[in-house]
Amino acid sequence: MNEDGTQFDTTDQPPAGQEGHQLLPQLVAHLREHRTKLRQEWATRIQEAHLLEAMTPQEMATETTSVYDNYVEVLETGSVEALQSYARDLSERIIPRGVETQEVVGIVLLLRDVLARSLFEKYQRDFPLLNRVLDAYEPAANRIANTVAVSFVDERERVIRQQQDAIRELSTPVLPVRSRLLILPIIGVLDSVRARQLTEQLLAGIRTHRAKVVVIDITGAPDVNETVANHLVRTVDASRLMGASVIITGLSPKIAETLVTIGVDLSKMNTIGDLQGGLEEAERLLGYTVTREDGATES
Amino acid sequence: MSSGPALVSILRQGPYLVASVHTALDDSEMVRFQHDLVEQIGQHRSRGVIIDVAALDVLDSFGSRTLSNIAAMSRLRGAITVIVGIQPEVAFAMVELGMSAGPVATALDLEEGLDFLDNRVDRGGSTAGLA
Repeated sequence: MNEDGTQFDTTDQPPAGQEGHQLLPQLVAHLREHRTKLRQEWATRIQEAHLLEAMTPQEMATETTSVYDNYVEVLETGSVEALQSYARDLSERIIPRGVETQEVVGIVLLLRDVLARSLFEKYQRDFPLLNRVLDAYEPAANRIANTVAVSFVDERERVIRQQQDAIRELSTPVLPVRSRLLILPIIGVLDSVRARQLTEQLLAGIRTHRAKVVVIDITGAPDVNETVANHLVRTVDASRLMGASVIITGLSPKIAETLVTIGVDLSKMNTIGDLQGGLEEAERLLGYTVTREDGATES
Repeated sequence: MSSGPALVSILRQGPYLVASVHTALDDSEMVRFQHDLVEQIGQHRSRGVIIDVAALDVLDSFGSRTLSNIAAMSRLRGAITVIVGIQPEVAFAMVELGMSAGPVATALDLEEGLDFLDNRVDRGGSTAGLA
């Protein structure tokens, strides 16, 4: 079979050799000629299979036309680059709407079948010729299906990676509030990767800012499991090794219950109800006194 | 026991001893360091000891146990010990392996360690006064 990388070229197939070159233009001409009818048939089969239901009928019509034209173009030129970028662009548009990989693969396979049927119909009287036509058509069609599926999955993975990076960057800021005082607000679910990264950033932050006191605020963390709780304990120990004391604030009633129930030893940790209290305690440890000016008005 | 030049310099700074560990020590070198230091506390009548490990990028379990032993021994000889300069990676590795410096005081760097000792020793009321 013909499975070369970028161009499908039938010259290395001795029997179909010269003919392959003539067959493909013939085939493309046939598909162009019956474009409306075949596209319509394809769209109907997509509907019957309940695929791409996230799209409106108009969008369906536009997209199926584009896919059809791209498909025929690949058959004609043998180059999948245009199709690849179209597939990527299409994926970018439909991924946010919850289109699944199987749907995308499904519609491309449907198109392949619809076109194959029309070829059967056209060449049914000449079986050897039909065979050669299919020899030329099948590898190309399979490569198209492959390209579209891979582009879709690539795009989806790119989106996932991008989101992971965004979460990673956003998640653990180490904020200096006063000289030698850091705040580390934890927002969102802590998994062990994030917890580890948080410790690394905190320790680096302690050295950079020469921190003596760190307030870790976990008001924004919905839940804490045993692994993460133990990691917090280790973070506190590691910070202490670097000469900084840690105050943990914002333990919700639920988290407090969980921690006591699973028996994590928090007796060594300095915990205070809320961030305000934590800051006040930190200021006390560092010897700051904050006074309100006389005559200042409540805002 | 190893002999030859010491791998740890122990310097007197007023009422304190400052020990800087310059390179990773093997177990026998660590023990030698412990002997030297505990002995010098008496010689200089020191009230505080600072052990600077900033140059170390690894601290094994024997090392950290010896450090906490030194702190306990110094305590018995009348000096408070503070370990300074533990690198972030070292701190992280130590807690990952379940080690800690026990009840030994720690500080960020030499300067912080001196501050810490100044506070603690002054509060004790009987500074050696060898400034």
